[in-house]
Amino acid sequence: METIFSRFHLIIVQDPDLKGELKIPEGFNLNLYTKSDIDKVVGSSSNAISFSGYSCRYFGYLMSRKKYIISIDDDCIPAKNSNGEPIDAISQHIINLTTPATPFFFNTLYDPFCEGADFVRGYPFSLRSGVECGLSCGLWLNLADYDAPTESLKPDLKNSRYVDAVLTVPARTMLPVSGINISFNNELVGPALLPAFRLAKEGKVRWETVEDIWTGMCVKVVCDHLRLGVESGLPYVWRQERGNAVESLKKEWEGVKLMEDVVPFFQSVRLSESAVTAEDCVVEIASSVKEHLGPLNPTFAHSAETMVEWIKLWKRVRAN
Amino acid sequence: MAAAAPPLKDELDIVIPTIRNLDFLEMWRPFFQPYHLIIVQDGDPSKTIKVPDGFDYELYNRNDINKILGPRSSCISFKDSACRCFGYMVSKKKYIFTIDDDCFVANDPSGKQINALEQHIKNLLCPSTPLFFNTLYDPFREGADFVRGYPFSLREGVPTAVSHGLWLNIPDYDAPTQLVKPRERNSRYVDAVLTIPKGTLFPMCGMNLAFDRDLIGPAMYFGLMGDGQPIGRYDDMWAGWCIKVICDHLGLGVKTGLPYIWHSKASNPFVNLKKEYKGIFWQEEIIPFFQSATLSKDSTTVQKCYLELSKQVEEKLGKVDPYFVKLADAMETWIQAWDELNPTKAN
Repeated sequence: METIFSRFHLIIVQDPDLKGELKIPEGFNLNLYTKSDIDKVVGSSSNAISFSGYSCRYFGYLMSRKKYIISIDDDCIPAKNSNGEPIDAISQHIINLTTPATPFFFNTLYDPFCEGADFVRGYPFSLRSGVECGLSCGLWLNLADYDAPTESLKPDLKNSRYVDAVLTVPARTMLPVSGINISFNNELVGPALLPAFRLAKEGKVRWETVEDIWTGMCVKVVCDHLRLGVESGLPYVWRQERGNAVESLKKEWEGVKLMEDVVPFFQSVRLSESAVTAEDCVVEIASSVKEHLGPLNPTFAHSAETMVEWIKLWKRVRAN
Repeated sequence: MAAAAPPLKDELDIVIPTIRNLDFLEMWRPFFQPYHLIIVQDGDPSKTIKVPDGFDYELYNRNDINKILGPRSSCISFKDSACRCFGYMVSKKKYIFTIDDDCFVANDPSGKQINALEQHIKNLLCPSTPLFFNTLYDPFREGADFVRGYPFSLREGVPTAVSHGLWLNIPDYDAPTQLVKPRERNSRYVDAVLTIPKGTLFPMCGMNLAFDRDLIGPAMYFGLMGDGQPIGRYDDMWAGWCIKVICDHLGLGVKTGLPYIWHSKASNPFVNLKKEYKGIFWQEEIIPFFQSATLSKDSTTVQKCYLELSKQVEEKLGKVDPYFVKLADAMETWIQAWDELNPTKAN
């Protein structure tokens, strides 16, 4: 990844549960945060918010002062496109974030701002300027982001289909956002990228977590409410093999079951007109989670609390 | 070893509107010949349109349409490819594939010819997933599945009513875009089929389209266009907005993406501009109308949905232009004609 990443500033967050010192290749401009940094900043609310495992990245988001953030899991390397050329995932994410999204009407030629494409006949002209993109969700070749049951049933299923498109996920349509390969506009939606949904048996492989799915739906609700876009598609990264799906299956049923409540909730949550920032939106979503999902499972009640704590932390860190 | 029979050979009709000729069928012969064609001849009925040998077909010109529908023929457009919907009405099959006469066989990136009809059939025969977006697109395609986080209760999907294909070479742009970008060609092959989410509208192009007549046929009316009408090139758009509202209401799916065909002919952008001109302004009112249209839970069949929609068109769009009052009326006439020609399906 060196030639692709080395032009940018890196924030590396070491999982607080990962003992020992990280060996980082030379030549990168970076900040490294470890457990002691997290404890120093987060202070007393470390009881409510856990930054362990995949959630350590949210500490990095908290610390960043940049407008755009790109986050890729550490088991991903650059993929190649259908011509065999290496894909610069960063450039593609930047393109996605800096060109308009079109959530209010579906364009059948996908991203109309892409070279060689445009809005098709029948697309209303008043909607052609688009809106800002808040979140860009990339995809994965080789090991796709399937859940443990699917992966156990079809261990040989590899994603080899390169779909050459970016599209805006329409307003009010929910989607499962995978945290493996994403980017976002930190200024617009930063507060909504939050570590709030931990399973009781949260694990260290993606099959053993759904925290990003929860966060992604929060971001989507926020974007829909604030009239921002969420895009999905390019860029692809190459995801390497890791973990044992059958083993994970024993842990992951909880996440799979909880989705049955999570998805209808996010599909129906509506925010008030007075929620005009991402922070406002998150607080309202948290309140709605507490009221509607809290009674169903303690995980939800805890998430609602964590979301509120997160916003307090976010504001505190930003104020300093 | 005998080759497998062409899928849905006796259950699918290919509807082709034409005013010129059917030479394009030669290229499609290997894929289309097993199927029955319904040719709808637009324009001068005294002209003879030759159908290439070896095809099994029925052909209707304007005189036939007038004879079969009587006074109700007023709902079928003249001098516009919207007349194709007459073919949907007279078909006795479950599935329809419709294609324009300037659309040819495209090649996929490996150079292989694309059997568009076969892909449409695959799209129609497997479920859609309008209730939650799958980031790997059609989960039922070979080599794909539902991603992590996709609720298991939604993995059965819903029946697919419509399969909307795309076009390489000449893209389906409106006249203003064509004028600004006369040389733009669509050369991007996007290897995906995806379900258009519930609650989302899209611009449906009739050039390369297939649907399940039993599930959605009566809503596939392509409106009043062409001769004597203030608007053209919005026939398929109109049908697309209507069917999407109805599919969303009835729990049916609409897919878009593969297959691609090769669109060879760019129509004259100045002629197109004159036809589309009013539509460009009207669509600013039409879209919000369809986006907020709701149907009552008593509308449990396509016909009931369509008639309810036609009343709303008259009430809400009638104020935009008297054309919509006429159109609402034509929508009713269409349903009457449909039910008369398809009696066992009416209720």
